[in-house]
Amino acid sequence: MENIVIIGNGIAGVSAARHIRKLSDKRIIIISAETDYFFSRTALMYVYMGHMKFDHIQPYENWFWEKNRIELVRGYVTQVDTDNKQLLVDGSRAFHYDKLILATGSKPNKFGWPGQDLHGVQGLYSKQDLDLLEVNAPNKEVCKRAVIVGGGLIGIELAEMLRSRDIPVTFLVRENSFWNGVLPDGESQMINEHITEHHIDLRLGTNLNEIIADNHGRVKAVRIEETNEVLECDLVGLTAGVTPNVEFLRSSKIEIGRGIKVNRFLETNIADVYAIGDCAEQHEPIGNRRPIEAVWYTGRMMGETVAQTICDNRTEYKPGHWFNSAKFLDIEYQTYGWVFGKKGKQDYEEQFHWRHPSHKVCVTISFHKETGLFLGINTFGIRMRHELFDRWLTEERTADYVIEHLADANFDPEFYKQYKKEIVAQYNSDFGKSITTKKKSSKRIFQFN
Amino acid sequence: MSTYDNSMALTGQPPVALSRNQKLATLIGMFGLAIILLASFNVNFPNKAIWLSIALSSISFGTIWFSWDAYMHKHPGIKNDGVWFKSISSQGFWGWIAGIALTGFYIILYFFPEYLGLAAKGNNTGVIALFDPLSRALSGNPASQWFVYGTLYTVAILAFGIKFLWKYRHNRYERIRTFSVMFFQTAFAFIIPELMARLNGSSVLNGGSLPYYDLKNMWPLNYYNFEGYRIKGFLSSGDIGFAMLIFGIATIFIISPILTYRFGKRWYCSWVCGCGGLAETVGDPFRQLSDKTVKAWKIERWVVHSVVVFVTLMTTAVIYSYLGNDTSKYWLTKSTFLIGVAILLTLVFTGVMIFKRDEFKKDAKYGAIGYFVIIMALIGFHFFSGDGNVFLFKSETLRKSYSFLIGSIFSGVIGTGFYPVLGNRVWCRFGCPMAAILGFQQRLFSRFRITTNGGQCISCGNCSTYCEMGIDVRAYAQKGENIVRSSCVGCGICSAVCPRGVLKLENGPLKGRIDSNQVLLGNDVDLMKLVNQK
Repeated sequence: MENIVIIGNGIAGVSAARHIRKLSDKRIIIISAETDYFFSRTALMYVYMGHMKFDHIQPYENWFWEKNRIELVRGYVTQVDTDNKQLLVDGSRAFHYDKLILATGSKPNKFGWPGQDLHGVQGLYSKQDLDLLEVNAPNKEVCKRAVIVGGGLIGIELAEMLRSRDIPVTFLVRENSFWNGVLPDGESQMINEHITEHHIDLRLGTNLNEIIADNHGRVKAVRIEETNEVLECDLVGLTAGVTPNVEFLRSSKIEIGRGIKVNRFLETNIADVYAIGDCAEQHEPIGNRRPIEAVWYTGRMMGETVAQTICDNRTEYKPGHWFNSAKFLDIEYQTYGWVFGKKGKQDYEEQFHWRHPSHKVCVTISFHKETGLFLGINTFGIRMRHELFDRWLTEERTADYVIEHLADANFDPEFYKQYKKEIVAQYNSDFGKSITTKKKSSKRIFQFN
Repeated sequence: MSTYDNSMALTGQPPVALSRNQKLATLIGMFGLAIILLASFNVNFPNKAIWLSIALSSISFGTIWFSWDAYMHKHPGIKNDGVWFKSISSQGFWGWIAGIALTGFYIILYFFPEYLGLAAKGNNTGVIALFDPLSRALSGNPASQWFVYGTLYTVAILAFGIKFLWKYRHNRYERIRTFSVMFFQTAFAFIIPELMARLNGSSVLNGGSLPYYDLKNMWPLNYYNFEGYRIKGFLSSGDIGFAMLIFGIATIFIISPILTYRFGKRWYCSWVCGCGGLAETVGDPFRQLSDKTVKAWKIERWVVHSVVVFVTLMTTAVIYSYLGNDTSKYWLTKSTFLIGVAILLTLVFTGVMIFKRDEFKKDAKYGAIGYFVIIMALIGFHFFSGDGNVFLFKSETLRKSYSFLIGSIFSGVIGTGFYPVLGNRVWCRFGCPMAAILGFQQRLFSRFRITTNGGQCISCGNCSTYCEMGIDVRAYAQKGENIVRSSCVGCGICSAVCPRGVLKLENGPLKGRIDSNQVLLGNDVDLMKLVNQK
């Protein structure tokens, strides 16, 4: 019987394991240094905020693994010997594999700031980071102020977490508007306002110069690059993105770039070794995607794909239409297809932006300048139906069509106010059109003809 | 597992201390409770109408002020910060104290009303006497322990309803639903039946008197609706009485199946029902305590369906006991009735087994067959062995044991008393035969479902954690499968707490209502097709 060893029990590794089990009888071993059981990384914040206990963010009950004959090993893989198909765990225990799947995830970026390794300086990625945060910032008495460095999704989550315990937060963002490398200006501006509304001291266009220590090797303050201002604080959160967690492979024969280099079949340069999830780096980016995708959904999809390959159905990783979602404090964000921020905006891309005059709700629709082809949508404070946008992107609908059928796509709870009238009115006036919206139709949504 | 509290202090510390306003609000609320408590220790208040008004308004005002201070200075949005750090909402010390206090209250209410001051003859004393003026104003009669309970119940739903409205003020579904339960409790469960009592003996009812009837409370939740004394009451009260009896039967066989088909059982359980109303308002802080394990689900299915069988047997036996044998007097005799019940059950059973058998799990099939055979055997046994007790026991014994075990202990003492320990829907989930019957319809014959939004689920677990019915919502959402569960009461909280907009309660076509995906949306289309083929 073939021995499948998976390093990493995150969403990518666990998806692979589950699907291999569905398809085959192979022996499956998952090795993790982080936790005994799989948990939802994206939910760590809710444990600190008291919405859930750690047990709640484990998607499967503990009996699940034994019942499905997925063996779990707790330990840190220190060496991968691809010639003998053997791993060393914690320097001693040896594991033989027939097929090896690397799903080791990421670690927080550190850009060589002075003081970045002091006590009280940390990222937020792993269960260990969460435990550390409980030590560094259990309450506002121990942590009188926190400084967060890096304005991305983890940064704003960490800010929300700390605010839930009333800890004052200063948020240093290098860009001149929050996450505007990804979001168009109107949206980014709305999030700036929302962050400030939540009493977070948002400093845009601000860089960290150094982290200053006290006499015990603990963080005491940070210095800001631009103003030379010194901010006293007890916690520094480093949230300037993540890098693949691949250091332990440097001595092996597996080709490493920033991540583990893989082809479209998620195969590395060594036979029978695969890499999936955050740690994998495509030789060539796929479409508009980045070569390294550190996203929950892509980790899951790569797991599903590699399981096919392992079970004798060699399958190319061909992700469908891009989608993602997040929540910025109280504002939900969803995206389908491609809508670029100023930096990445394509020459052919035209954007339609609507924002509610008083509520924190907005929509951006991207389409092709000449053909009117619908390219993507961002929504803030409105939920949209994934299935429908996926279908419309495949069917290559126009932006006009999307606007006309907005009611079908709405996924907000029943009785919610829908803004389709206002959206269409502005679309018509912006582009000199006279579209009227269609009423919601179950027939169209669920495709019954 | 939370590592938040690392100190060795025995008291622990709440993450956020009470504000000054909240302390004052607590004081005012406690003052109102103290009046009621003093009254129950037989302190005789002079001007009862005034003291009762003071007590009830302080309790309401305290609760409402407290909630105002808790929510209105914050942005609209999900307010679950610190839920698992507070001992009251995480099965901690205060949770257990609250549980014990509530349980004690129910035991006194159901079994020792004399301690509350209920007088069999003469004037009430104690806390019941305190409520006399209000009762007289409504129905013209002195209060009973049930009147006291009904008043407090309504006040609780209204005060905590307002709290809930503020907590979820960004969510219109929750707001409208909560207005609905507040309305049905106040009008249908509380005021209308009291006012109806004024008609008793009047010419409108031909001099008859109607039994106390909360019109929205249907059989089998209202398990006593067809007992002999009530039927007599209905039939002696002219056209109105007769209409109410017909309405009572129609709610079971016509109205509720139609509404459940269109909207799911939520139209009742979380929009209309009084038990649901209390659970959704007062019980809201405890929703996360329900057990989500597969084991709990198994127990739930067996227990709740056994209660359905019990209530069916009990009601059949009770109706049987007061029917006659002579067809010339009235068409409905003991044997016609029994045969009717047998035919109805057979129709439902065979219909479901023929058309819906694929939707049952193995244990559900065995359970259904087992129970069906037992009921039929009992009815057959009765026919062949001549007259006697229809289901081996006297109907009165069955009625009394049901009323004691299910009506009092399960629905009251455990169902509400254990809110802070087992969650706010213990009764609805494990005990309510009404919920089971509506759930059966919802699972098999309804347009309702919770739609999962493609591949957007991140398995975070908020939906499962805050499901009061103990449904592991995430288990479906992360497979891209719609949630169609008989126990779902459609409270909408899973959808509200989802950070990624994955869940939507909706009514739609039956086709494709349930489908689980091996590979989720967002993938290569060919792979999805290949793997999801059935």
